[in-house]
Amino acid sequence: MSDVIIRVDNLGKRYRIGAQQQRHDTLRARLVELISSPLDYLRTTLKAASDAEILWALKDISFEVKQGEVVGIIGRNGSGKSTLLKVLSRITAPTAGRADIYGKIGSLLEVGTGFHPELTGRENVYLNGIILGMKKNEVDRKFDEIVEFAGLEKFLETPVKRYSSGMQVRLAFAVAAHLEPEILIVDEVLAVGDVAFQQKCLGKLQEVSHEGRTILFVSHNLGVMMELCSRAILLHEGEIVTSGTTGDVVKTYVSKYSAQTHELVTTSYQTGAAITKVALLDSQQQSVQVVDYKLPFYIEFQFEISESLLALSQWVRLENQFGVSVLFAWLAYQQAYQPGVYRASCEIPRELLTPGRYYVDIGLTNHRVHAYSQAHKCLSFDVISEDAAFDPNDSDWGVVYPKLSWRVEENGNGATISKSNLVNAYKKR
Amino acid sequence: MKNKMTTRAIKDNSNQPHIQIIPPQGWGNLALHEVWKYRELLWFWTLRQIKGRYRQMALGPLWVLLNPIIYMIIFSLVFGGLAKLPSDGVPYPLFTFTALLPWHYFFDGVNWSVNSLVSQKEVMSKIYFPRIILPVSSMLSALIDLAVAFLVLIVLMIYYGIAPSWHILFLPFYVLFAAATGLSVGLWCATVAVRFRDIQFAIQYGLNAFMYATPVAYSASLIPERWLWLYQLNPMYWVIEGWRWSLLGTGQPPQIYMLFSILIVVFLLISGLYIFRHQERTIADWI
Repeated sequence: MSDVIIRVDNLGKRYRIGAQQQRHDTLRARLVELISSPLDYLRTTLKAASDAEILWALKDISFEVKQGEVVGIIGRNGSGKSTLLKVLSRITAPTAGRADIYGKIGSLLEVGTGFHPELTGRENVYLNGIILGMKKNEVDRKFDEIVEFAGLEKFLETPVKRYSSGMQVRLAFAVAAHLEPEILIVDEVLAVGDVAFQQKCLGKLQEVSHEGRTILFVSHNLGVMMELCSRAILLHEGEIVTSGTTGDVVKTYVSKYSAQTHELVTTSYQTGAAITKVALLDSQQQSVQVVDYKLPFYIEFQFEISESLLALSQWVRLENQFGVSVLFAWLAYQQAYQPGVYRASCEIPRELLTPGRYYVDIGLTNHRVHAYSQAHKCLSFDVISEDAAFDPNDSDWGVVYPKLSWRVEENGNGATISKSNLVNAYKKR
Repeated sequence: MKNKMTTRAIKDNSNQPHIQIIPPQGWGNLALHEVWKYRELLWFWTLRQIKGRYRQMALGPLWVLLNPIIYMIIFSLVFGGLAKLPSDGVPYPLFTFTALLPWHYFFDGVNWSVNSLVSQKEVMSKIYFPRIILPVSSMLSALIDLAVAFLVLIVLMIYYGIAPSWHILFLPFYVLFAAATGLSVGLWCATVAVRFRDIQFAIQYGLNAFMYATPVAYSASLIPERWLWLYQLNPMYWVIEGWRWSLLGTGQPPQIYMLFSILIVVFLLISGLYIFRHQERTIADWI
């Protein structure tokens, strides 16, 4: 059966940026403004409606989803993915166009909302289930299954505020996972909990999709998306760039952003040397945007020397998504340069960076005394891993995740557990 | 064959609700049937508020009883004892307690429903349900508090040996009148409070001032005759006098003039519903 279950027709959502700013101002401030300078007040209020301050978070979005399809939505932050899900799950109304949904819709936009910290686990399961759209007798029926899924049998009568954040998330996901809507909207829920629990969640989603239910799935984890989704839609700046099989769309996504020539903004401190081009390359010299944790990659940049320099050195700095400076790599020796165009390449070894997003700073310097040219955040890239253990929003993993050599032995015995065994044990997991 | 087709069509219709997502157009309809569809949520949300409110308090739900008792003691000392205000021939503590119950119902209901959206902004930005559940459940949870506190009133009436007459049959009407008044204020202000947090404070002061425009601590017989027409426009005047009339036999019996007040509340309630409905679809953008 190929019934259309979601039909989206020229959907658009407009935000007034001016209007958004208003949320911090107060009635009093506006009254004062109105009384003290009525003309200015009028002018700014009218100006708020002008086109310059209008942002179309979604524009002319049209697509269809058939029953039983698992469709992934890909796009960078701010591309409109979340807005699309919010409109489809009726949290906010669209500005233009329409969408028709034929079936019960359930969303996992964010799990655990509506938990009351003072209430017990049991009470919250009921409350959360009903908020998410279950009937009370449905919760009754699934209660044991939910609790077992969360693994929190012992803490049912404990107020949720005494739960660790991991426990709260597990309980919340367990409730949400037992919803039985025809259409499930999933937004980044896999970014929670420990490895074992994530596998469980992924399994549950696969189970749901095999049952013939429709899923709209948003994630930054391209690996999971390839695994789960049969089809994908690529959004950029609120518009659909392409849609098709997940593999193709992911490829387009990856190449689009790597093919995109970055507008290089450099700061020059001194004439003589300037950075002119930057690129992120894989070992095949292909420009990339997403790199595999298991493979090395290269930060390459071009610089131009306009006058003879006696000593010049290059550096690269990586910052992660939490704004932490992860590494500073400096070419330790300086070199003299004749005018011309040069290329520098810095290899980032495999199995070093924790999966997540990184920003690159590049600089040219003379023994760090004279800075010639600097490019701040001139590149950004994602390190991904098939290992679902990584939560891109969790800083607990540390800024680096290197493979180090280990030695474990039983005290007094001297017998060592061989290294290869350990590796196998890891792989099995 | 034909028969089979028909059953199939019917089945499809019942199994697959059709949800239309379109831009808000005009003032739309009130879609009150959705509240019925979500009645279990309404009930659980009300329970959540009641249960959550008194957790981790040593006295817990006893506060529902203590609150009006404390006010009764203060008012009895200040207005009944020091100022010696008349109390229509009823012992002053009973006189003011009978008014404090509906007043606190109104006060808490308005406060909670005005804040109901602001305090649940997290839920509102994540999950869809008819937002009107929030202010309505605030009024409901206040109603349950009222029912509990009513037990104290029964004890007081027994203590003072005052038995209600058949007037008590009118009491549910006055409770409903207070509920409608509170909800209309809540509906008008709740969405505005999301945009302007000032409303929360303004409501606090407004309500405190409003109490003195309502015969809670004093008898309405103190109001000069020529101002009575204005004074009696206040719906809460009728609610409180109505409580006294139906329980104690004093106060103001229902009158034709009360219709003005009722009309005001009906108007505020219906317009409040429309305003709320108009705002709720995009309220998540303001959070």
